[in-house]
Amino acid sequence: MIPAAFDYVRASSAEEAINLIGQHGDEAKFLAGGHSLVPLMKLRLAQPSVLIDIGRVSDLSYIKDAGDHITIGALTRHRDVETSSIVNEHVPLLAHATSHVGDPQVRRRGTIGGSLAHADPASDLPATTLALGATYVAQGPNGSREIPASAFYSGYLTSVLAADEMLTEIRVPKMNGAGWSFQKFNRRAQDWAIVGVAAWRNGNEASVALVNMASVPVLATSVGAAIASGASIEDAAAQAAAEADPQADLNASVEYRQHLARVLTRRALEAASA
Amino acid sequence: MTMTHETTGVLGTRMLRKEDPALLTGEARFTADLAIPGALHLAVIRSPYARARIVSVDTSAARAHAGVRAAYSGADLADLWAGPMPCAWPVTADMKNPAHLPLAVSQANYVGDGVACVIAETAEAARDAAELVDVVYEPLEAVIDLEDAVSDRVVIHDEIGTNKSYTWDLKVEEQEGDVDAAFAAATYTVKERYIQQRLIPAAMEPRAIVAVPQPFGGDMTLYSATQIPHILKVMVALTLGIPEHQMRVIAPSVGGGFGSKLNVYAEELLCVALARKHNLPVRWTETRSEGCQATIHGRGQIQDIELAADANGRLTAVRVRLIGDMGAYLQLVTPGVPLLGAFLYAGVYELPKAYDFSCTSVFTNMTPTDAYRGAGRPEATYAIERAMDSLAATIGIDPLELRRRNFIPTDKYPYEAFTGLVYDSGNHDGAATLAAELVGYDAIRAQQKTQNVDGAKRRLGIGVSTYFEMCGLAPSRVLASLNYGAGGWEAATVRVLPTNKIQVVTGASPHGQGHETAWSMIVADKLGVAPEDVDVLHSDTAISPLGLDTYGSRSLAVGGVAIAMACDKVIDKAREIAAHQLEANPDDLEFAGGAFTVAGSPDRSMPLAAIAFEAFTAHNLPDGLEPNLEAHTTYDPPNFSWPFGTHMCVVEVDVETGEIEVLKYVAVDDCGNQVNPLIVDGQVHGGIIQGLAQALFEEAVFDSDGNLRTSTLADYLVPAASDVPSIVTGHTVTPSPTNQLGVKGVGEAGTIASTPAVINAVVDALSGLGVRNMPMPASPNTVWSVINAAQGGSQ
Repeated sequence: MIPAAFDYVRASSAEEAINLIGQHGDEAKFLAGGHSLVPLMKLRLAQPSVLIDIGRVSDLSYIKDAGDHITIGALTRHRDVETSSIVNEHVPLLAHATSHVGDPQVRRRGTIGGSLAHADPASDLPATTLALGATYVAQGPNGSREIPASAFYSGYLTSVLAADEMLTEIRVPKMNGAGWSFQKFNRRAQDWAIVGVAAWRNGNEASVALVNMASVPVLATSVGAAIASGASIEDAAAQAAAEADPQADLNASVEYRQHLARVLTRRALEAASA
Repeated sequence: MTMTHETTGVLGTRMLRKEDPALLTGEARFTADLAIPGALHLAVIRSPYARARIVSVDTSAARAHAGVRAAYSGADLADLWAGPMPCAWPVTADMKNPAHLPLAVSQANYVGDGVACVIAETAEAARDAAELVDVVYEPLEAVIDLEDAVSDRVVIHDEIGTNKSYTWDLKVEEQEGDVDAAFAAATYTVKERYIQQRLIPAAMEPRAIVAVPQPFGGDMTLYSATQIPHILKVMVALTLGIPEHQMRVIAPSVGGGFGSKLNVYAEELLCVALARKHNLPVRWTETRSEGCQATIHGRGQIQDIELAADANGRLTAVRVRLIGDMGAYLQLVTPGVPLLGAFLYAGVYELPKAYDFSCTSVFTNMTPTDAYRGAGRPEATYAIERAMDSLAATIGIDPLELRRRNFIPTDKYPYEAFTGLVYDSGNHDGAATLAAELVGYDAIRAQQKTQNVDGAKRRLGIGVSTYFEMCGLAPSRVLASLNYGAGGWEAATVRVLPTNKIQVVTGASPHGQGHETAWSMIVADKLGVAPEDVDVLHSDTAISPLGLDTYGSRSLAVGGVAIAMACDKVIDKAREIAAHQLEANPDDLEFAGGAFTVAGSPDRSMPLAAIAFEAFTAHNLPDGLEPNLEAHTTYDPPNFSWPFGTHMCVVEVDVETGEIEVLKYVAVDDCGNQVNPLIVDGQVHGGIIQGLAQALFEEAVFDSDGNLRTSTLADYLVPAASDVPSIVTGHTVTPSPTNQLGVKGVGEAGTIASTPAVINAVVDALSGLGVRNMPMPASPNTVWSVINAAQGGSQ
């Protein structure tokens, strides 16, 4: 598996990375952990002419307690999120979901920002951060802006990030003791989810997001609304596929995905309510 | 266990494998690791269409690319081939076999069929230039469905005028009409259709090749990640018109094969042909996606099986109709695979001469199929073991009880079966009883009654599979009766060096099996030396010129026995030298513990070390005896070997999601005497996982246009350690009476037994919901759909 030829440059800071991508234009790609991009390049499905390696921009690897939320640098490795005491204490759903990403080797190289920016609806973290109401911070040539997770994903493998913007930080509200569950359904432990459900519940407040149920991660707002109106878990979960638009693939038909979304949402809400 | 000859205590122990330190530390060299200065790199341009006329091939841009030495279309190279690619198993006199060239010239017939190639100074330049080759195709309608292929609605290969390659029948009756009469008279009959999906072998090491010419002598050395260096040498020589004595094939360390490296591939012929043409080494290493598309696939059959049984459930007749999927062309032994199963559709059961088997094999526009771990026997075992469960359900008795009623009784061994083949030894009830104990059969049946109640979300099932593994290809005369293009013997040389170290030369060609360890143990036992003093040489036709290589679980039962026989010859010669030196009658000498001793005179003794040195110096040998101490044997076994056993699988099925959890897996395998139980366990474990993978995970999926949708390991679901159960292994030991070691093969047993055990368990779990059959792989989506259908779509 030999990728097409490309040039390689290494950025030592976010500013330098943004300058570099401005210089190289559309044919350039940021390289962080490489666990999404490099396989596509080896299959020659992606053929960027320039790779801008941001993997050593060390000041974007951090996890901080910021009062009512936590902040995570975009280049923080999955393994660091998974094992962080701050994340485990305040956003345990994220720590747990991160432990389901790929396998240990992937988690030691892959980064949270890389996973989110890749915008794969089958990945665990876009839906998880969506359920948690996270906000992403993007930096561009004219400064930085905040993008709610709910406004970030625009299509399959695409986001609202501009070509010369880079994801720098993820801000995740603390869960404040809410019950939670992450249900990942797949055939092999290291595969992407056929369907995944990230859910939390605090009394009549609940949020559920779905993995691999559309071209983008899906916030199952009908489920949250049903719980808020006092519906039973069974009845709320029956709404799980209402916002979804799943595709068929080798692992699942559309109908099966919808069914799984309902079953897994029910199980997630039961666990989150226990 | 009982051995029939003296032992130093090595045989039968769980000795760690000698091979592993080098393999595990990276010291071992695989073909792609070989540093060959100046080698050119081959890249193959492959058809993106399942069936297309090749209108034109323009290689000019590729040839202009930096680092490229040459680029060729199939037409450019057509003169290099002395003959088409070989198929060594013309199963019938009228078998249709369309010409198959390493690069297609006028028509591509599967996605991945080579149509052009590039050789360049680096692999990168070759890959980049390959994208610059401009091939104009005229796409043609592809044939993907087997029954559509049979209909000849679209004929793939114009020159043969049909998609049917052959029909091969095996009808056995005492009197004509016995089968029909048995079905007419039967108390119970079942008729089932099973689909053997295509599988991708996915050996850990991809295929890799280096062809190295010696331009001034005309010799050619081919390094290849192959299971069959000896057969490959003959076939390359014939296909390319190279004098066989100038052809040398070396299989370096080889990382698995499972049959996928039991072949002669286009890339091997291309590398050799281009190395000759350019007088430079040419190398190629497969990508994983090429491995999925252009290395042979396994299985691919539609099986219709009918059983007839009397009021006691005893089989009275079996009828089988197969459609075999050959893929686009016949590879080395493609047409013979269904035949290997033809003798096993009655399993381990007594069947009168009332058997009617017919297989029609067809071409399709998909990757060629060929032997894949078990080759015909897993398919046959699946069909009979699934059908036996169906029969048990029809009669309303326990599936294990039905099997017991039909087992060939132990006291009838050796047993002449309805086919005329003689099964060497067996104890089916013993294996089944042990398996039932290990799995807790009765307790699970009891638990099912309380667990599988109406509305249960997790249903419990247990599946039984009893099997034969007809293996050790095998008596050459039997192979002749099947039109197989080679014999079934194996060669061995045992050489005692002057310092009493032992060199063994084997014609087997290990690629993960542990022959170096096992052969060392056999020699250590025979000659009374330490296993570490034995070196096993193999897989190089210049060092081991005679051999028929490794496949079909043949190596120990044929090649290992040959080693033991060569040791006997060494001992015979050593006895003459010892008798001469000790001034004793050879018949009065006893050989034990590595020394000859005059019977009754323990002080008159001569160790093998001293004999070896005498044989080397030749200063004082008996008159007429040649110097040196070595012996050669070629062993043609009198029979196949017939390992057998019982596997049991316990599953729980989540009826909401269709997810299957394997709770317990018990394997009782009887492969006769075990040289090294650690290696046996390894073979059983790996085989079971490969068979379980067919049941639950793996399928080569083609769309209706013939595109392979599972061309990466992200889509083709080879299970990993985290996805499979622990395995409980048990063994019974029923030595084979046909060879002096009492051994049978075990390399494919797990694969043969496990697939039906798993599916029987799944169907058993869901039987209360009306489920009678389960397509493979039993993915969660499939299981959910089957439950829905059985419940009338109410879920």
